[in-house]
Amino acid sequence: MQTTPLARNETVKMSVRDLNFYYGKFHAIKNVSLDIPEKKVTAFIGPSGCGKSTLLRTFNRMYELYPDQRAEGQVMMGGENMITSKEDVSLIRARIGMVFQKPTPFPMSIYDNIAYGVKLFESLNASDMDERVEWALGKAALWNEVKDKLNQNGASLSGGQQQRLCIARGIAIKPEVLLLDEPCSALDPLSTAKIEELIAELKEDYTVVIVTHNMQQAARCSDYTAYMYLGDLIEFGATEDLFFKPKRKETEDYITGRFG
Amino acid sequence: MSSAGTNPAQQARLARFRHRKVVNIVAITLSLGAMAFGLFWLTWILFETFRLGLGGLSIALFTEMTPPPNAETGGLANAIFGSLTMVLLATALGTPIGVLAGIYLAEYGAHTRLGKLTGFVNDILLSAPSIVVGLFVYALIVAQVKSFSGWAGVVALALLIIPVVIRTTDNMLKLVPNALREAAYALGSPKWKVIMGITLRAAQAGVVTGVLLAVARVAGETAPLLFTALSNQFWTSDLSQPMASLPVTIFKFAMSPFENWQKLAWAGVLLITLGVLALNILARVLFRNKN
Repeated sequence: MQTTPLARNETVKMSVRDLNFYYGKFHAIKNVSLDIPEKKVTAFIGPSGCGKSTLLRTFNRMYELYPDQRAEGQVMMGGENMITSKEDVSLIRARIGMVFQKPTPFPMSIYDNIAYGVKLFESLNASDMDERVEWALGKAALWNEVKDKLNQNGASLSGGQQQRLCIARGIAIKPEVLLLDEPCSALDPLSTAKIEELIAELKEDYTVVIVTHNMQQAARCSDYTAYMYLGDLIEFGATEDLFFKPKRKETEDYITGRFG
Repeated sequence: MSSAGTNPAQQARLARFRHRKVVNIVAITLSLGAMAFGLFWLTWILFETFRLGLGGLSIALFTEMTPPPNAETGGLANAIFGSLTMVLLATALGTPIGVLAGIYLAEYGAHTRLGKLTGFVNDILLSAPSIVVGLFVYALIVAQVKSFSGWAGVVALALLIIPVVIRTTDNMLKLVPNALREAAYALGSPKWKVIMGITLRAAQAGVVTGVLLAVARVAGETAPLLFTALSNQFWTSDLSQPMASLPVTIFKFAMSPFENWQKLAWAGVLLITLGVLALNILARVLFRNKN
C-alpha cells in the first residue's frame, strides 16, 4: 500500500509508521503507515468502528487519559516520535490542536473560552490578549457574530457557532496541526457549509486532519483521503484519485455505497 | 368505534389500548395519593409551627438571653448567636475538606482501590446517626479536655457536613461530560487546571447547592450538640466554653413544664424552620439560574 502519495513540491508534516493501537486487548489499529502533508487537508473516511477517530486521537496522545489504551509505533513530527516523546504531553497538545464531534464550549464567557488556552502558554497583557481573541475569532469566521457579546456565556451560542468557537479556541494557541474529529456531525447543513469553508481557509496556515462520516464532505474539502476498514488502512491517495480511480476494490465498494 | 369494524387485529389492539389506559389511570391516582399524603403532613407541620411560633416572635427574641423559668421577659439571643457561630464555623471547616475529597473521588481515585474504599466509607458516614457522631466527638474532645465547648460542637457539625459535601461534589463532577475534560486536555491544559478551571466550574452550581443543603441539615441537629457544646444560659462568644444553640434550647424548653419556656421553644422552632426553608429556596434558585 502506498504511504506517500504526495506530489513532489509538498512536504511531510507528520509521518506515521507501523502504528498499532489497543483498547485493552482489542487491536483497533493495525500497522498503519501514512504521511500527512503540510498545509493540506487530509481526510480519514471509513465505516463506524474502523479506527479513524482512534488514529486521530493517537496523534495528540489523547488516549493517555484512559489507562487501558495504548499505542505502539511512530508518529514522527519535527524529527521526534510523538508517541514516545519525553516532552511534556501538554506541550505536544499545544502543537497539535483538536476539535471534537460535539461542540464543547467551556462554562465561561466567549472571550474567556478563547483566552483560557492562550493563558496556559503565554502571559499577554490585556490589549495583546484582546487582539489575540479577535484574531482567533476572525480566523474561525465568528468575530462578526459575537463581537458585541464577548461577555456572554459560550453555551448561549448556536451549535454551529459553538463549534466555530471551539475551532477558534484551538487556533488561538497557534498549533501546527489541527485535528478535527467529525466536526460537523452534530450540525445543520448551513453550519456545516460554514465550517467546510473555514477548513478550506485554515489550510493556508495549518496542517488539517479531518475524520468524517460524510464522503461528500471528504471529497469537497480534502486534498488527500485515507480509507480505513477494521483497523487497516486500505487506501491512501490524493482525494480525486481515491474517489474517481480507486485502486482497491474495497475502496470502490465503500465510496459507491455498495458497502458500509 | 365504527372504524374498528370486524377487523380482529384492530379489536385486539383496542383492547390492549383500553387496558393500558386503565393501568395509566391507576398509576396516576396512586402517585397523586402518595404526593397528597406527603404534602398533608408537611402543611400540617408548617401550619402548627406558624400557629404556635408566631406568638413568640418579637424583638426581645433576638436581643434578650434565655430566661429562667416563669420569668416575664427573655429571648433566644444567645442560642441564635451560638447556632449561627457553630454552623458557620462548621461550614467553613467542612466545605473545603469535603470539596477536596469529592474532587479526589471523582477525578483521581475513581478507578483506584483507595478511591472506591473512600467512597464506600463516606457512604457509611453519610448515613451514620448524628448521635453517634456526637458521642464520638464527646469521647475525642470533651472527655479529654474535661469541658463541653463550642469548638467540640463545631467539630461534630463539621463531621456531619463533610460526607454530604463529598457525595454531592463527587456526583456533580461525575455528571460533567467527559467531552469537556477532553477538550480542555486537548488545549494542553494540565490536570489540576482542567479540574479547577473547567470541571469544577461546570459543577459549581451543584456543589454550592450541596453545601447549602448540608448546612440546612446540620442547622437543626440536636444530638451532636447535646454531647459537645451542651448549652449555656448566658451570652458567650468564647468557643472554649459551653455554648447555647437553638436545637438544644428548644429540646430543653419544650420538655419543660414552664409556659414561657414552651412559648420560646415554639418561636425557636419557627426560626429554624424559616432558616432551613430559606436555605432550600436559595439552593434551588442558585441551581436553576446556573443551569
